[in-house]
Amino acid sequence: MTASIVKFYQTGTHTVGNRLLDPSQRSVQADMRRTNSLNSGHRACQGCGEALGARYAIDAAMMATDNQLIAANATGCLEVFSTPYPETSWQIPWIHSLFGNTAAVATGIAAALRVKGRQDVRVVAQGGDGGTTDIGFGCLSGMFERNDDVLYICYDNEAYMNTGVQRSSATPGAARTATTPAVGTEPGNVFGQGKNLPLIAMAHEIPYVATAIVSELRDLEAKVKRAMEIRGARYIHVFVPCPLGWGTNSWDTIRIARLAKETGIFPVIEAEHGELTGVSKIRRQLPVEDYLKPQKRFAHLFAPVLNTAAIDRIQALADRNIRRFGLIDATTGMGD
Amino acid sequence: MEKPFAITLDVGSSLANKTGSWRTYRPVYVDRLPPCNHACPAGENIQGWLFHAESGDYEQAWRALVQDNPMPAVMGRVCYHPCESSCNRGNLDQSVGINAVERFLGDQAIRLGWSFDPPASDSGKQVLVVGAGPSGLSAAYHLARLGHRVTIHEAGPMAGGMMRFGIPKYRLPRAVLEAEIQRILDLGVTLRLNTKVANIEETMREGQFDAAFLAVGAHIAKRAYIPAGEAAHLLDAMQVLRGMEGEEQPLLGRRVVVYGGGNTALDVARTAKRLGATDSIIVYRRTREKMPAHDFEVEEALQEGILIKWLSTIKNMSDEGTLTVEKMALDEKGFPQPTGEVETLEADSLVLALGQDVDLSLLNDVPGLEIRDGVVQVGENMMTGRPGIFAGGDMVPSERTVTVAIGHGKKAARHIDAWLRGVVHEPAPKHDLATPERLNTWYYDDAPKQVQPTLDLIRRQSTFDEVVGGLDEGNALFEARRCLSCGNCFECDNCYGVCPDNAIVKLGPGLRFAVNYDYCKGCGICNAECPCGAIVMVPEAI
Repeated sequence: MTASIVKFYQTGTHTVGNRLLDPSQRSVQADMRRTNSLNSGHRACQGCGEALGARYAIDAAMMATDNQLIAANATGCLEVFSTPYPETSWQIPWIHSLFGNTAAVATGIAAALRVKGRQDVRVVAQGGDGGTTDIGFGCLSGMFERNDDVLYICYDNEAYMNTGVQRSSATPGAARTATTPAVGTEPGNVFGQGKNLPLIAMAHEIPYVATAIVSELRDLEAKVKRAMEIRGARYIHVFVPCPLGWGTNSWDTIRIARLAKETGIFPVIEAEHGELTGVSKIRRQLPVEDYLKPQKRFAHLFAPVLNTAAIDRIQALADRNIRRFGLIDATTGMGD
Repeated sequence: MEKPFAITLDVGSSLANKTGSWRTYRPVYVDRLPPCNHACPAGENIQGWLFHAESGDYEQAWRALVQDNPMPAVMGRVCYHPCESSCNRGNLDQSVGINAVERFLGDQAIRLGWSFDPPASDSGKQVLVVGAGPSGLSAAYHLARLGHRVTIHEAGPMAGGMMRFGIPKYRLPRAVLEAEIQRILDLGVTLRLNTKVANIEETMREGQFDAAFLAVGAHIAKRAYIPAGEAAHLLDAMQVLRGMEGEEQPLLGRRVVVYGGGNTALDVARTAKRLGATDSIIVYRRTREKMPAHDFEVEEALQEGILIKWLSTIKNMSDEGTLTVEKMALDEKGFPQPTGEVETLEADSLVLALGQDVDLSLLNDVPGLEIRDGVVQVGENMMTGRPGIFAGGDMVPSERTVTVAIGHGKKAARHIDAWLRGVVHEPAPKHDLATPERLNTWYYDDAPKQVQPTLDLIRRQSTFDEVVGGLDEGNALFEARRCLSCGNCFECDNCYGVCPDNAIVKLGPGLRFAVNYDYCKGCGICNAECPCGAIVMVPEAI
């Protein structure tokens, strides 16, 4: 895990800040002077995980680059809720691309900056899972293989939420969406389909790949900071719960993210040049039911009849993540 | 300005869009009553003083503590800490060692010579305090700080009351007690020793006192009728413990039997052991579960080799010191009943520790006073039936502990102050309790309770050295930081960080946070992720 652990100060580094820590040891989000890159008044739903993840990531990038940052943004929720003409919530230089070409636009900005000799100005591209894993995948893969000097951040809420919750290649098995209804013998999204984009990015052997989660702010900020210390193509995949599309309570956004990590559903890892360099351990392991139950998109697994087979398949996937990435310390059976 | 192709409007900020109108519930910051504060008989703001200790500001912590209790070094040793029994952290791992931190602060204050803030003003009023025990000293302290002139009349030769004559040195070293008493006297409180008040009305008239607080305690040992030979060596617990404070230690012999099951019985048995008794035996008529003594005291006594005979009563004692002990058995209702089965026990002395009564002689002929069950009845304001005379501590109906007595002293002082000014003291309304389900305990680190060192067993059996040691600065700080700050914001910045709408305003160190209701959509993440439960979601009137 990249984030430094402070031994024990009442809440250690679990909370956003901590009055007992030196300001330099607190998170960017604890700082009264944080950029608030994505400002108030945006039209995201109550409890939006993506709005939170985007502010966390871009504020950290602004801090890391001394505010010398340009962002390209794919079409999707993040773009739609932040910039209804003529208003904008962005307090940084920001450009809207097409749905599928934000990696290419960012590459172009980086090329222009190189030509102008502005090495101090850095480029971020961002989009949702649809714009990244489906529509923008060709441009993104090209950006990776050319090793363009761009940090691409994907905010993954596991479906096309802006257009009405349609399945994407990041939608998990059994999840109900508008295009994968909970009907038939295997209700919801089909198991065994979709892409694991962090692993695909690692296969490009680019300098830096990481996954992060809105419930682990310190870890997320440390990864953005690390990415900004590196030149070349970098990719961060942020897991952002969506109260609307997932059917969760608006106040449960952070809790759901925490459960995704503690169950092993979403492994929080980082890699350099294709090799795994760090994992964030599970602190208190929980069964996947704890993660699935509060989400209406999985409600059909529990009622009218308990779908043990599907739940077992999801548990098996979580167990595989735990084995594959070493999410639980073999000696203690515990995380940190 | 010339606009680009197809652009007709100026760039605007989303701040024009007041998303607060979406809200159906609004987050509101609250303070809740932490369970430790709720449980403290002395009314300490425990979470409040721990807050300062957490940042290493021990003097500020001590000053916050002594707002309510002037004797933290004593309290940190002798209090039975109901705060810890109710601590929410007990549900996570172990309760916070509040008592140990309190002792650390008290000892730190003695070591560094911190003194109380002097009274702000002089009211010119004279208040008499009768009895220099915990209740009297506490009342004197609070009255003095409120600007009144206080005189304590103490019947005994030394101040401290039951803290001196009831609690042995190995639990409360006398230097600690004396330092904390002296600091109260340094506020300008007059102490008259060996001054027994025979008639309270007369003393008040002679001394021109405007009000009096009575706290004479309960010193008269209760006697049970036990047929005993003329030469049998029969004493009571108060004689023994009081004797320990004199020049000559009481002679108890090698085989000592103590009759009773309270903390005092244990104190006497443990004292006898230290005076050289080979056998120190407690005889108690009921079972361990029913024993009024605190469990840790029983445990410490057993470690020191004290024997306890459960379900036994003493029938008689012969001249030669042979005790006839009858076995008891519990009936269906759980009450001990005699079985007729007897055994004998040899003893050089028998000490009765059956509780104490109050010496109420000073109250003869006071009109309006009500005495029931051997104690003085007082109202909610601690005033007796005689206007201007208040009472507290063991002489009023209460659980007889030092902490309760100190709480009485504070409460009475506030009402006396109000009474002297011709007003009625209205205690501030209490906040709602910070119950465990209000907390989000995910955010707290796992941290084991810091263990206080204990004196080795040989020295515990042969000397009066203090049994339990204190924490040092390192582990006291650690222990303070185990506090969850239940129901009170400790500025962890979570609400400020987790709001997807930047609708929480951080006001700066010590100033906490505010909600910007122009943009708060009411999602409730701040409330869900607040570790200590200092936010509540309130429905909007729509």
